[in-house]
Amino acid sequence: MASVTGESRYRDSAVGRFLAGFASTLKLMARNKVGFAGFLVVVTIVLVTFVGPIFVPLDETVRVSQIYKTPSLSYPLGTDSEGKGVLSQIIHGGRPILTIGYLAAVISTTIAVTLGSLGAFVGGRVDTGFTWLADMVLTIPQLPLLAVLAGVLSLNNKFAVAGLIGALFWPTLMRATRAQVLSLKERDYVESARALDLGTPHIVFREIAPNMAGYIAINFTLAVTTSMYAVVGLTLLGLVPLSENNWGVMLNLAWTRGAVFSKDSIWYIMAPIAAIALHQFGLVAMNRSLTEVFDPRLRRGA
Amino acid sequence: MSGTPIELEHASRFYGSGSQQVRAVDDVSFTIEPGETLCLVGESGCGKSTTGRMMAGLLEPSEGRVLYGGKDVGKLPQEEKKRFRRAVQIIHQDPYASLNPIRNVTQILSAPLRRHKLTKSRSELGTKLRELLETVGLTPPEEFLRKHPHELSGGQRQRVSVARALTVNPEVIVADEPVSMVDVSLRIGLLNMLLKLQQDLGVAFLFITHDLAVAKHFSWEGRIGVMYLGRMVELGSTQRLVREPVHPYTRALISALPEADPELTRHKERLRLRSPDIPSLLNLPAGCPFHPRCPKYEEGLCDTDRPAEDAVALDGHLAACYVAARELGQGDRIPESSRTAGAEARRRTA
Repeated sequence: MASVTGESRYRDSAVGRFLAGFASTLKLMARNKVGFAGFLVVVTIVLVTFVGPIFVPLDETVRVSQIYKTPSLSYPLGTDSEGKGVLSQIIHGGRPILTIGYLAAVISTTIAVTLGSLGAFVGGRVDTGFTWLADMVLTIPQLPLLAVLAGVLSLNNKFAVAGLIGALFWPTLMRATRAQVLSLKERDYVESARALDLGTPHIVFREIAPNMAGYIAINFTLAVTTSMYAVVGLTLLGLVPLSENNWGVMLNLAWTRGAVFSKDSIWYIMAPIAAIALHQFGLVAMNRSLTEVFDPRLRRGA
Repeated sequence: MSGTPIELEHASRFYGSGSQQVRAVDDVSFTIEPGETLCLVGESGCGKSTTGRMMAGLLEPSEGRVLYGGKDVGKLPQEEKKRFRRAVQIIHQDPYASLNPIRNVTQILSAPLRRHKLTKSRSELGTKLRELLETVGLTPPEEFLRKHPHELSGGQRQRVSVARALTVNPEVIVADEPVSMVDVSLRIGLLNMLLKLQQDLGVAFLFITHDLAVAKHFSWEGRIGVMYLGRMVELGSTQRLVREPVHPYTRALISALPEADPELTRHKERLRLRSPDIPSLLNLPAGCPFHPRCPKYEEGLCDTDRPAEDAVALDGHLAACYVAARELGQGDRIPESSRTAGAEARRRTA
């Protein structure tokens, strides 16, 4: 982490070092208020969707008399077309969407950074090959392809969906990473590091990578949002199995069961949309803090 | 500091290929003795930086060799090659690009110390860091240890670069225009700090500059090499080169040098070049590359063969000029072809 100073690296235990690094990173995050608020929003949503289901049971009782109720004490977010509480659905429905979103982002970022920096470092045919591959994937219209593939393959598995999205969304970041490495590896301080014989691992991980870390982290958060939209879109269109309850399925049901045509159901429709939007807002806002964490030049009054 | 001479032997470096090939450095030879100062001067694009990078082992010569203690660096075993790497350090021109913006001074300086196990403990590292910063005149050191490059001025950054180079106890420092991008008011301080290093630590310097005045100041006790279009045109002790320049190019450079005394400037010999334009490296003139601009140009003699680096050789003072060779009684060093072509041209005009 960029915030770990040379001295703290000498602290005695590995745990101590990790905690010190974590604390100083948090402190840096807190410097930007909007960014820190975004960070808290993201953490809250992740906690609620991953830990919440343990405490809040999923409401599966059909209550014909309680259809599309507005929020009340017993149903804080109203009810759906079958009279089930919406809040419990929101709490339970985030995990699959978030899992796929983050997993797909991890996959696409990993592919992008690996191929991009490898191509730039090795150069020659390897570079040409990777760039060609990226151009190929870039030209494919992604959502239609996802739709077609989702029809052909049976996407019962969350990981398969994440893999598919990840495999399609990497080229933009890959090209950007490649360009950055190409420029960074020619910097004077990299040449100095070579003259000082600091070794390739040092040059890659201490001189070059930290200069891209902020950029990559921000692209990762953007990849999370794109992947989440992709998976929600697929679910809404009914292209992935609707076997479990999630925010996308809620939107799909809202559509197929006619909730979108009824004024009373606004609470039911808005709940998953708000959850998704809130999470995306949190991520985007968090980027403000991330840039400061990774780039000391941006820390005002440091 | 141990003394191992580093030598460039007929070193050349080409860029591009085919008709687009540029001979950035063409057949340059010189030796840097332990503790010595050699300044390379020349216009931009004359190959001085490329020469410096070859000397630092950061670029391999396309032709010729770099010798470290008499041994070809390209063929050194891994361990010795690493020793050579560390023996030659480089200071870059641009203080804003030579330090990694996201690493603070402590991180920048401690990386080489820890990597090469030059300090044993944390306290020893701290002492060493303070010592280094004091050596380069960044006092009090505590104030600078936690700073990032963007919190330092250009001159301070250059000092950190020097401290970084000193971490590995180099024998030679290649300083590539270290003061040209620093505020004029800070230059002399930086230069004097480097001079002091040279005196106190016995580090040899290959000092690259386009400014003959800076070269004169920095290597008054050392030597100056004048480069022109990838070639060394004159090489000799600074005092002699400044007082009695042999090559017309060097004479032109020195005549353009302003003197502090206006009386001196007024009575200085002014050399008028025949053309102000530098020929393209892609299309070098035949014979001496300086002949289209040279005030002493002689048809036949100057545009037939390219003068060797040691066309004039006066006890260690070398110059690549046939006209000067003839005038200084070294006409026998001119190859037959140029001599006859020159004589013929003189007869024709007479």
